[in-house]
Amino acid sequence: MDFQFFGETILILSAGIPLTLTLASLSVFIGIFIAIGIASARLWGPVWMQKIARFYLFVFRGTPLLVQIFIIYYGLGQFEAIRDSAAWIVLREPFWCAVLALALNTGAYGSEIVRGGLLSVPQGQIEAARACGMSPRLGFMRIILPQAVRQALPAYGNELILLCKATSLASIITLMEITGLAAKLISETYRVIEVFAAAGLIYLAINFILTRIVSFTDYRLTAHLRPASEVLLEIDENLTGANP
Amino acid sequence: MKILATAAALGLSILSISPAAAKDLSKITIATEGAFAPWNFTKADGTLTGYEVDLYKILCERMQVECTLIAQNWDGMIPGLLAGKYDAIMAGMSATEKREKVISFSQPYGSTGQTFGVLKDGPLAALPLKGDLFNLASNPDGAKIAIEEIRPLLKGKTIGVQSSAISARFMQETFGDDITIREYKSTEQHDLDLLAGRIDAVMASPAYLMTAASDPANTEMMMSGPRFQGGILGRGSSVGLRQEDDELRAMFDAALASVKADGTTKALSEKWFGFDVTVY
Repeated sequence: MDFQFFGETILILSAGIPLTLTLASLSVFIGIFIAIGIASARLWGPVWMQKIARFYLFVFRGTPLLVQIFIIYYGLGQFEAIRDSAAWIVLREPFWCAVLALALNTGAYGSEIVRGGLLSVPQGQIEAARACGMSPRLGFMRIILPQAVRQALPAYGNELILLCKATSLASIITLMEITGLAAKLISETYRVIEVFAAAGLIYLAINFILTRIVSFTDYRLTAHLRPASEVLLEIDENLTGANP
Repeated sequence: MKILATAAALGLSILSISPAAAKDLSKITIATEGAFAPWNFTKADGTLTGYEVDLYKILCERMQVECTLIAQNWDGMIPGLLAGKYDAIMAGMSATEKREKVISFSQPYGSTGQTFGVLKDGPLAALPLKGDLFNLASNPDGAKIAIEEIRPLLKGKTIGVQSSAISARFMQETFGDDITIREYKSTEQHDLDLLAGRIDAVMASPAYLMTAASDPANTEMMMSGPRFQGGILGRGSSVGLRQEDDELRAMFDAALASVKADGTTKALSEKWFGFDVTVY
């Protein structure tokens, strides 16, 4: 292990961090809308919408992301009808193909997490909300949604980490993110261990920050699960400031 | 303690056996890619075929070595050799200075150079100097003139190359920021993107481009522009070997000299390439 080379490698691979983060955040942003849409369709939609949502889940959870990226990038580009259509503006670019594949993929997994969260709220509470005179809309906003988010967050945090790592597959469609740069560097230097160790370290750092953010959010949302004394102390600190 | 000592002795004996086993040259494994026609490619039934697949059998026969041919991903080709997964590479791999820092090469057994593949109705269909051969090492001035002649035409265009192939380095060093380079894992992938119109040209060996263009799916493809070889593009395809395997390299060199002398490589290259790729 050559540590000087290792340090240089980290610097070279760092150039790929912005692309990795852009890919991940854009697909999470689009994916969350897909997830909510699909979960709603499955929970409250008419039968035909439920069937479409189930089929979507079946396809995107049942096939490897690598295959999905290949089909979206190389597969769709083979049809002249698609190349002549307006969609080609987006599909022509490897970047948008990768975002599309990642978003559709995380949308499928995310919808199950969202659905699980919504279903975790006991029926009794929903009935109680109605009995107190809340409209279904108000009951959803006040009773179901806060608990669903709390319930879904740890699983969704996992999904974020998985997605962050899945961006490495974008290198197969010529995108030079961290893994793409690593593969290129290996092809130039043939030093596999240093380069992949450096790439792994960068992913580790990104995901460390990501898990901290998720667990901090989780901590803030689950005050009701901690001992009252601890929570009261926290509220006290917030009211009086750091230096009373 | 006794168990430990036995285990240690056993470990030592295994350690002392393995280098001896590696030196046994009666049986070797050769790696190829199986996706680089006509050097080596995979037939529809999954078996390997091509110039190198014919050549390795003849070489092994002359070296009196029992050889096994395996297919291996291009990216992991050199790391796999260094890790001892196989003993030799015959994958249309050009002997370049950079690769020679890590592995060693036999004498070259073929060279076709590198040229451009474009679409018949694309913007680069009429690159000048079509098919003219420029050797970067023996004719640097001629190559320079040819490069300057095509530079303005390539400006702002996107060119696809196979990643970790010599064409990637050549294009980067020659045209730099004038062009956008996209790197692909395999040559089929850059062909798909050329046909889809995502890139304007590919750079690959004329032998490969000829085979690719003969595929019914690729009728829109054609060769264009000058052909470059030598220099950073390498001496030509050679057998890649570990640096310490001097004996094996000497065996390959002797066998290669004999197939060159009796015209076997000439006959084989006419069969697979349609022209003589022997390096004289």
